[in-house]
Order: sequence, then C-alpha cells, then structure tokens
Amino acid sequence: MNLTLKIWRQSDANSKGKLVDYNISGVEGDMSFLEMLDVLNEDLINKGEEPVVFDHDCREGICGACSLQINGEPHGPDRLITTCQLHMRKFNDGDTIYIEPFRAKAFPVVKDLMVDRSSFERIQQAGGYISVNTSGNTQDANAIPIRKEDADEAMDAATCIGCGACVAACKNASAMLFTSAKVSQFALLPQGQVEATERVLAMVNQMDEEGFGNCTNTGACEIECPKGISLENIARMNREYLKASMKG
Amino acid sequence: MGGLIKSSIARKVAMALSGLFLVFFLLQHFTINFTSIFSADIFNELSHFMGTNPLVQFVLQPVLIFGVVFHFVMGFVLEIKNKNARAIKYAKYNGGANASWMSRNMIYSGLVILAFLGLHFYDFWVPEIVHKYVEFAPEDPTRYYPELLHKFESPIRTGLYALSFVFLALHLWHGFASSFQSVGFNNKYSVAATKFAKAFAIVIPVGFIIIAIVLHLNH
Amino acid sequence: MSILDSKIPEGPLADKWTNHKNTINLVNPANKRNIDIIVVGTGLAGGSAAASLAELGYNVKTFCYQDSPRRAHSIAAQGGINAAKNYQGDGDSDYRLFYDTVKGGDYRSREANVYRLAEVSGNIIDQCVAQGVPFAREYGGLLDNRSFGGVLVSRTFYAKGQTGQQLLLGAYSAMNRQINRGKIQAFNRHEMLDLVKVDGKARGIIARNLVTGEIERHSAHAVVLASGGYGNVFFLSTNAMGSNVMAAWRAHRRGAFFANPCYTQIHPTCIPVSGDHQSKLTLMSESLRNDGRIWVPKRKEDVEAIRAGKLKPTQLSEEERDYYLERRYPAFGNLVPRDVASRAAKERCDAGFGVNKTGEAVYLDFASAIQRYGKEKALTSGMHNPSAAEITKLGEEVIESKYGNLFQMYEKIVDANPYKTPMMIYPAVHYTMGGLWVDYNLQTTIPGCYAAGEANFSDHGANRLGASALMQGLADGYFVLPYTIGDYLSQDIRTGKIPTDTPEFDQAEKEVKDRIEKLMNGSGEHSVDYYHKKLGKIMWNKCGMSRNEKELKEAIEEIAVLREDFWKNVKVPGTINSMNPELEKAGRVADFLELGELFAKDALHRNESCGGHFREESVEQSGEQKGEALRDDKNFKYVAAWEYKGEPKDAELHKEDLVFENIELKTRSYK
Repeated sequence: MNLTLKIWRQSDANSKGKLVDYNISGVEGDMSFLEMLDVLNEDLINKGEEPVVFDHDCREGICGACSLQINGEPHGPDRLITTCQLHMRKFNDGDTIYIEPFRAKAFPVVKDLMVDRSSFERIQQAGGYISVNTSGNTQDANAIPIRKEDADEAMDAATCIGCGACVAACKNASAMLFTSAKVSQFALLPQGQVEATERVLAMVNQMDEEGFGNCTNTGACEIECPKGISLENIARMNREYLKASMKG
Repeated sequence: MGGLIKSSIARKVAMALSGLFLVFFLLQHFTINFTSIFSADIFNELSHFMGTNPLVQFVLQPVLIFGVVFHFVMGFVLEIKNKNARAIKYAKYNGGANASWMSRNMIYSGLVILAFLGLHFYDFWVPEIVHKYVEFAPEDPTRYYPELLHKFESPIRTGLYALSFVFLALHLWHGFASSFQSVGFNNKYSVAATKFAKAFAIVIPVGFIIIAIVLHLNH
Repeated sequence: MSILDSKIPEGPLADKWTNHKNTINLVNPANKRNIDIIVVGTGLAGGSAAASLAELGYNVKTFCYQDSPRRAHSIAAQGGINAAKNYQGDGDSDYRLFYDTVKGGDYRSREANVYRLAEVSGNIIDQCVAQGVPFAREYGGLLDNRSFGGVLVSRTFYAKGQTGQQLLLGAYSAMNRQINRGKIQAFNRHEMLDLVKVDGKARGIIARNLVTGEIERHSAHAVVLASGGYGNVFFLSTNAMGSNVMAAWRAHRRGAFFANPCYTQIHPTCIPVSGDHQSKLTLMSESLRNDGRIWVPKRKEDVEAIRAGKLKPTQLSEEERDYYLERRYPAFGNLVPRDVASRAAKERCDAGFGVNKTGEAVYLDFASAIQRYGKEKALTSGMHNPSAAEITKLGEEVIESKYGNLFQMYEKIVDANPYKTPMMIYPAVHYTMGGLWVDYNLQTTIPGCYAAGEANFSDHGANRLGASALMQGLADGYFVLPYTIGDYLSQDIRTGKIPTDTPEFDQAEKEVKDRIEKLMNGSGEHSVDYYHKKLGKIMWNKCGMSRNEKELKEAIEEIAVLREDFWKNVKVPGTINSMNPELEKAGRVADFLELGELFAKDALHRNESCGGHFREESVEQSGEQKGEALRDDKNFKYVAAWEYKGEPKDAELHKEDLVFENIELKTRSYK
C-alpha cells in the first residue's frame, strides 16, 4: 500500500504548526496505524529528520494515551477502538490520510500530534473520588450489597479511558461525556452518595473553568468513544447537577 | 439563579426549557391556524380571544417574547463560546460521520427561523400592535381571517413561509428530542419520547406549510 | 553468612506481620509534615503507596513518564485480583492462598512475605469497594468470584475484563484526593534518570522533564521505586511501549541488588506476531483457556496446507488434530499453569507444527465449548429438538456473554472471526518476577530506597499465578509500605529538608547530563529501535522459554558487543532541551542492554529448571515426568541477588537462602 499522509507538525506549544505531506510505501494491512507511523519515523530518523511525536503507550486500547484525529475522526474511521487498535486494512492503496492532534482550547498541543490533557486531571482532582482513607479498615466488602444492574451500569461508565476522543469529536469541544462518566459511576453506587452533591458541582465547575465547550447533544462523543460510553451518563449528570444545585 | 445560569449545564437546561416552552407555543399557534382552513368563524373567534384577552396580551405575550429572545440570545452566546472552545480548527473534520446535520447546524436553522420571525412580526405582529395600541382602532371580531388570507396572496411570500418551516422542522428534529436529554430525562420512556418528538418535528411544520398553501389557493 | 538480611520477624508465620506492626516505630503526625517521600511510578503499587503515604501526612512527590498516573500499565491487567475472602465457602483461607502462591512460584519465594500478602489480600477488596471500584456482582448484590490459573478455589474478584483498569482508577482516585489536598505533587511526563545517595542513604532523584528536557533535582527522605517490570528487554512483550527498567537499574547501579533477573513469565495466550513491523504483543486473557481447547494439526501436510491457505482449520476432523495439552497433561489439560502451557506451544511449533506464516502460532478453539453451551442453553430454555444451527447460535451467545470484548479485540487485530474459526495464539513475555532485592520491609539494599510491585522481586518466586500481580501491587502500596517506611523515617524526624545544592546532587546531575550528551553524540548509524529489536531477538531466542548453557553464553557475548556498538553508533535525532521521545527510548534501551546481560548471566548460573526459568540441562530423565522441568532444591533453593560492580559480567552474586518451615517442597505435577 502507498499512502500520502498529511501530518500536523508543530515544534512546541508556542510555535505555529502546519500540515506537512509525507509519502509512505510498503504499508501492510496487518500493521496497526501506530506501527505505520513507526515505519514513517524510522524512515525520517534515517533521513536525519525529526520523527513525528505522538502519544502512545499500551498499544492495546486501554491506557488512553493514544489520540490522533484521523481523516476528521478521533481514533479514525473504525468504531469502538483506539488509534493503536486501528489497522491499516481499513485504508486503501493511494489514500490520503489527514493526521491531526485532538483539538480543543483545553488540550493545547505539546508537540506535533501530542496534546496536553491535564485539564482532565484537574476535573478528576476536583472531586472524582470517594473520600475514604486507604487504611483498609473500612467495612467488609460484602457489607453493602449492590444491585447487579447498578454495579454493571457503574462499571460501564467506569470503563472510560480518559483519551479525550469525546472532546475531539464534539463540534463544541465539550468534555461532558468524560466528566459524566465519572459522576455516573459514583452516582450509581451507594458508596458515592455521601459526597454526590459536592462532587458533581465541583467537577462541572472545574470542567467549565478549563474552557471546554457546552454540550449540544449531537451525540458525536458516544459514537466516537472507544469504550462506547453512553449518552445516558450525560443525562444522569444533568439530573445530578440540577439536584445538587437545588440543594445548594 | 444568576450563579446557576453561569454553568454549562444550567445553560443547557435553560436552552432546553425555553425550547420546550416554544414548542408548546408552536402547538398552540398551530391549533389556532389549523382552524382557518375549515372555519373562518372559529378562527376569527379564537384570534379575537387571543388578541383581546388581557391575560394573553399582558402576561403570556411578554413571557413568550422573553422566551424567544432568551432562546436566541443564549443560543448565540453558547455558539460563540463553543466556537472558542476550539481555537484552531481541524483541517479535515468529518462531522457527518458521527452526528446528524441537524444537530451540527442548529445555529443556521435557528438563524433562518430568526429571519422568518422578523418577517412574521413585520407581517402580523407589528400591524396588530399598531392597530391595537397605537391607532387604538376599534375591534372588529371578524377582521382576522380576511387579514390572514390577504397575507398569503403572494406566491413568493407563501414560498418563503414554506421554506422557513422546512428549517423549523430541521431545528425541531434535533432540538425537541434533545431537550429531554438536557433536562436529564433519559430512561425507558426515552425511546418513545424521542419518536414522539421527531414525529412532532415533521408533522407540525408540514401542517403549517399545508395551511399556508391552502390559504394561498383559497384566495 | 550472607550479607543479605531479609529482616523476617520472629514468631509463628501467621503472627509475624501483626507482631512486626506492633513493634515498629511510628512517626507522629506533626513530624510527618516535615518529611518528604518520592514515589517513582504510579501504577497499582506506586499509586496506592503515594495515596496512602500522603494520607498519613507525608509530603509526597510522584513521578511518571506518562501524561497521567492513570495510564500506568497496571491498567492493562484483564483477569482479576485474588483475595482469600472465602466468600464462596469453598475452603479458601489465608494459608491456602499462601500455599498456592508459594507452590505456583515453584518454591522460590520467601514464606513470610507471601503469607503477609495472603493476610492483607482481603483488606484490598474491602478498600477497593469502599473507593467505588465496580467489581462484578451476583444477582443477590454480593461480590462475584471466578476461578483462575488452575487453583482449586474461586477467589478471583474481577471487573469485567478490565480489573487492572478499575483497580488502578481506584488508586488514582485516592491519589487525586491527595493532590486536591495538596499532599501529593504529581510530576507527570517526568522520568527518573538517577538515584541520589547522601551518606549512603537514598535522598532524592534526578529527573528529566520530558516536555522541556530540563534536568531537575528532587530531594526526599525516602524514595519508593514502583516502576514496574522489565519485560521490554525482549522488545516484543505485552508491556506498554514505554515500560522500562531505568529507575530500578539506576538504583541497581547505585548499590541496590538485583534479584533473580532471569525469572520471566511467558504468557501462553497472546496474539501471534504478524510481521517485522510488530511493535508489541497483545494478551488474550487467561480465562479463555477455561473454555478454549488448544491444538495443532497432527500431520505436517495439513500444517503446510493451512499455511498456504489451501486448507481451513475447521475442515480438519477431530482425529486429525493434536490437542497436545490434553494429551500430555490429562489431569489439568488446557488449564496447566502458564509456564507449562507456553513451553508446550513452543515445543510443537519448534517441531514444525505452527499454524501461521511465521510458524509460531497454535489454535485456541471454542467450537466444542460453543456446542456444549448451546446444548445446555437449549435444554434450560425448554427447546426440544433444536437444530444444529440453533445450538450453534445459542452457544455463540453464551460465549459472547463471557468473552465478548476479548473476541471483539481479537477480530479487530487479526481480522478473523473467532466464533467461526479458531483463534491463533502464541506465548509472549508478560511479567518479570525478578526485580530489585528487598527485605521484609520492602527496602532495597540502599537504606531509604524501597521497591514495590513488579519492580521488586518479592512474592512470586519463579512463576506468578494469575490474578496475583494486582494483589501484590496493592498490598505493597496500601498496606505494607505505609507501616514499614514509617519505621525507617522515625529516625529522620530531626533531619529537616534535604538540600539539593549539595555535591552529591551536583555529581549525580553531572553524570546524568554526560550520559545524555553521550547518547546524543553517537555516530548516527542506526536508530534506537534497531538496537532494541536486535537485543530482543537475542533475548527471545537465547533467554526465552527454554534456555541452555551454550546459548546463554552466546547471549552474554552478543549483548556485550551490541551494547558497545550502541554507544558508538546510535542515532538520536532532535535536541536535549525539548520533547524528544527518541532520546527517552535511547536511555531506556541503554539500560536494557546492561540488564539483558545480567539476565543471561543469572539464567546461566541457575542450572535448574524452576517456574518460568527452564534449563534444557535440567529435566526429569525418567518416569511419568520424563522431559518435564527438574528443580534442584539442593543447590538452588536461594534468591540470587546481584551486586553491581561495573560491567554486568562482573556483577557479584549474593545468595539469600530460602527457608521453608511451613510448606513441604514438592515437585509440581500437572499430569
């Protein structure tokens, strides 16, 4: 397979970036997208150029490090996968592929395709936890029975990998799906009830402060989420937020 | 309330509630208009009531105007904020892959509706206000139907009306159903509610278009 | 007498930890505020340690090379976490978990440590549930368990196929709480490049800010290394791309002994290598072996035909298939431990029966499970005379409910439907049992330098049981370190802040900078990956699933030559003072090139087969066990801890004799 890649190159946060064209040949269908970029980078290194910088780590779709807006979609055209799980068999010989960083004001570019997602960290730090000590001297794990359906639903929300695809896909660069996944996980569990009011207010407040856009229910986040996190979580967060606002 | 309306979720809910209110108004407006195609008398009677009842005139009308203005202003504010949330645009953005055209272009369908409202106000509301509160003309309970008919004389104007309602349909297609999600209504009834909202988004604007065409032909 | 003092407390096994906790020194809360601790690595061990220590009141600084602590590779653990809760009432107990772990580790771990691990395991589950970890539940609302790794009880707690993720997010949320309180300062996208010792004690680290390239000095009263394992010495492994040995290796070079480097776990069920471009391997959960049957064709002609694409595996009849695990190990069949299953697959593939184009793959077949479940389901749903198609459909639904996400992952990667055609799998490097030598308190041979989780050598002996890595990481971080580190720090309450403008920091920083300069100034002939791949090939071929004296000696020589070539000719583009992933990789590979040699040296010296370490010279010669691994308790019942002496070949061996007072040493048999 021969491909033309249009890759965003930007040397650091303060520089101006631009799309640069690269031609790559000998791409095999069994390669993952990132392995294809590895091949390109090896080539660039041998030519004495700087390789393309992108975030990646586990390469099995769970760490959430890899990002990339591929042909206008986060994690590329396939569904329920991350970029590292995208394989080149999804492309055809002669294709032109646009590769850009996840774009949002709250995700500034670090270098090339790598962005700074510390805004997500701060949202979590604002209240994405249950305040129990780690002494282990809590009550027995089976002391609180939890409906299987609730536990399963909490688990579905908890599978968020924090990659930021929801933000990247959203035309408003909104982080509602990410934030609501954490709020939902705890809202569905009895352990999370005690701090529910403070949690949702603090997390939403932080989300707004980071400069993410507003949700307009386009549903793009749900479609592009590699873990299939449901829009229901956003509805749940809206409810939780309203409830919490009334309580003050 | 001032603090509440600052947060993204509060704004979203406010958009939904004002939108739902306008949807309700639309239904009421449609019902009255619909009578015009089979009974001029009923239409006149209802219009007379709406036009002269003090509750409608001095409470509901200002609330409605506030609702419309609020929905538009908030819509613009959010649009600007949302645009700013992505300072550098994508060179290639395949929005159609994951979201409907309607949901991505609410601002444009909204702008068309706003332009239409301008025309509509110019056609009906301004003359009404001038008629009643500037000229203090005496009330004739039978004047409404002929006035209405007169407005749909021009095929161009009728066409513009019809086109505007197409955009209203597009706007409602996303907006009505999405307001449930915004207010946190997402449960086992959601599928049915969404279906109802989508049906409403088609039926009501199409109904308005039919009324316009019938009135135009009746002339 | 060895210079290694394991500091195992006196008293009966079951009372050791309690007695120890009762007698160690504590630090009063006011003094904790004046004490700093550095935690390197934010996976299960590092994250839980950081959160617990911060909560106790110490000032904690965490370091991770990822952009968030949540991305540490603990997140990729799928199957579950063991705990001796005995919720199922099937006879589990602390002792039984202890026993299984020691036996599973082929009697190469320390009794007291393992017992403590079993003892605190239950608390881990309590803790995680309190934090909101959504473990799987039964319809009654109580926690569900599954059995794992061929043990006789169901003690594994799980959260779908993402247990590691959920536990890590639990620890991460505990960290976030402390970050919010200002008790943890998180240095993400930072890499530890050296350990700083002052007066023989660990007093800080030199780290590189990976975004700006700046070299930073950080001081502390104690340093915890929780930087994970070194499986990436093989280049291809199930580890994350960035997983590396640098923190541990830098500590080793500063005086921390490195224990049992040759103990590597090779996981039998991974997706096979598809070509030279391969960058990493993906694990398929061990739970698949509960229902999948492993086989290769009996006849070479069939193998050839399959490789050429002329024959499909589904066309072979039962008689034409060799279910080699069921044949060789009738008692355990497909559920033999990981090391045994891996070697058996290698044996078949080496004999020429590998079923993909590289010749390194075997089948994992769900067809009979689909039929079995289909019939069961048809019966329970009251279907009389179900058709074959109906049975298959029902069976596939059951399989989907159990392994749906794994099957989906397989299909995305391999582009074949595992419901319709058998999966292809092959063993891959997965976990390293070896690591920094630590005493009972998890302290390395450098005072004030602790190692936790996969980074230490402690609890798994020569082979780790499934679902035990998560248990150990969290036990170390939540429940062991917070006590033992306090004992050490109680001596430090009058020390005051450790200054960083001292000659020791100057020296360490200079060495780090010189090393970076040297990496940048190679002749520029080959990329870092070129060397890493070469090292990986040597390791896999000569220090992999089975090892012999000749090849290990070759490996030692070859790695030394490769290392020399690396330092002369490596090419690192970019600059020092900016984000430079190639430079990061170069530093990591440089350390792998040293570790790899020590690894081979350790494997060479251990002339016995135990757990993940299989020496071709040490096999049973006769009887029922003929050809199976032969352990040599007389000569090798010890921990091999290596002291750095310059070059890896000069490393000095220290032995910690393993004493078994509560368990009788037996031969592991799965026949």
